[in-house]
Amino acid sequence: MPLLSRTESVVRQRINRRPSRVLASSLPWLSIMLGSVAPGWLLIASAPVLPPLGFLMFLAWRQLRPGLMPIWAGLPLGLFDDLFSGQPFGTAVMLWSICAICLEVIEARLPWRNFLTEWLVAIGLIIAYIVLCLGISNIAGAAAPLRVIVPQVVISVLSYPLVGRFVALIDRLRLTPFMVLR
Amino acid sequence: MAPPANRRSGFSRRAQYTTFFSYSAGVIGAVVGLVLLVVAIVNPSAFAVLRGAAADVTEPAAQASAGGRSATKDFFGEVSGFFKTGSEHARLERELAEAKVRLAEAQATKDENRRLKQLLDLRSDDVQPVAYARLVGSTGASTRRFATLGAGADRGVAKGMPIRSPLGLVGRVLEVGASSSRVLLITDTESLVPVRRARDGVSAFAQGQGDGTIRIRLVNLGLNPLRPGDVMVTTGSGGLYRPGTPMAVVTKLLRDGAIARVLSNPSDTDYVTVEKAWAPAPPPPAEARPGSE
Repeated sequence: MPLLSRTESVVRQRINRRPSRVLASSLPWLSIMLGSVAPGWLLIASAPVLPPLGFLMFLAWRQLRPGLMPIWAGLPLGLFDDLFSGQPFGTAVMLWSICAICLEVIEARLPWRNFLTEWLVAIGLIIAYIVLCLGISNIAGAAAPLRVIVPQVVISVLSYPLVGRFVALIDRLRLTPFMVLR
Repeated sequence: MAPPANRRSGFSRRAQYTTFFSYSAGVIGAVVGLVLLVVAIVNPSAFAVLRGAAADVTEPAAQASAGGRSATKDFFGEVSGFFKTGSEHARLERELAEAKVRLAEAQATKDENRRLKQLLDLRSDDVQPVAYARLVGSTGASTRRFATLGAGADRGVAKGMPIRSPLGLVGRVLEVGASSSRVLLITDTESLVPVRRARDGVSAFAQGQGDGTIRIRLVNLGLNPLRPGDVMVTTGSGGLYRPGTPMAVVTKLLRDGAIARVLSNPSDTDYVTVEKAWAPAPPPPAEARPGSE
């Protein structure tokens, strides 16, 4: 009998619950940092074929939850990305900050959005990002032609909706109420 | 989708200031990035310590993922081998590929021997590898071709050491951390390796193209003597790469050279060997000493 009553108390309480504040504020940052590190682990690539996952996550978070991360979030997150991306140090800091400002301006101009407009905006930003990354690394000593990045651009553009889905999943996880209110 | 309601600052002076300062912080972030970029371009090794520390911290996780990667590859290899002609066939193919490389290597050695015998002071160089390690990661999302090696200063790896696999040259060490190091792969556009044809020693330069292939540029311009299928091996000039290390096989001819395929594809490479740089940097030219020469 005491055993039974104990199991009843373990049963999920359905009201008076809230999401964890730590999780809610840290998951966006952690997921973007994971996105920065992950492409390096997937395979030893002999050509740039993997999408810049960190940047895609950054973009998706900003489009899904405008204002959740501050505009200057590109500074710390870009610093982290630069440690692993192989680009000259500072590329991501600069480009991610500019991208955040661009998104804020676009959002102020086009407040009503749907899937297609968001994807188009993201396509523009992704292509600009990858081309500028190529240009910057070429300035810093490489000499890669433009055709090298074509597969990467296609893969990134097509995988962006998937990344958006994944970010939405993390967002649901982030706001799942499981802490019991006292 | 409707715009979020809480994004308007309205008449609140405090909210207006917050918006203004957050935009300013964003612009400052971009400026900081630009400054970092200029520093990195002027002095490429300025942030090597930071990068090395970051690679060291993530190295255990990268090792684990590398293990998983090779296990997955093995699994898929087994399944595809079964569906093609059985695992025996796959093994024989692999052995044949290795044997072909060995053959090219042997030819190069023979050529080298013949040349060395013409000189009188034959010197026997022993190949003592510094370390065996895994390539644990790479910059798959960048146009630069760097890889992370799972061995660093703790196992005697030093800057400039060549990296090779049983199939051929992979790259060279660029930056060394405590337990990991950064490798410049030969497919990077900044990698320039002096090579010669294994058969007869037509000399050329091999430069990466950034897309997994290698551009062979002949030293002596004129009639292009290269043919598809020619194996290019390193010459050893420059003192970095050991002579006779197989590197690439010519696939397509161009007017002044060729496009070549890398023999040791880094994505198929599990463990690699770190070797000593072939020759130490030449000593500074000695002052005219009486009696010498």
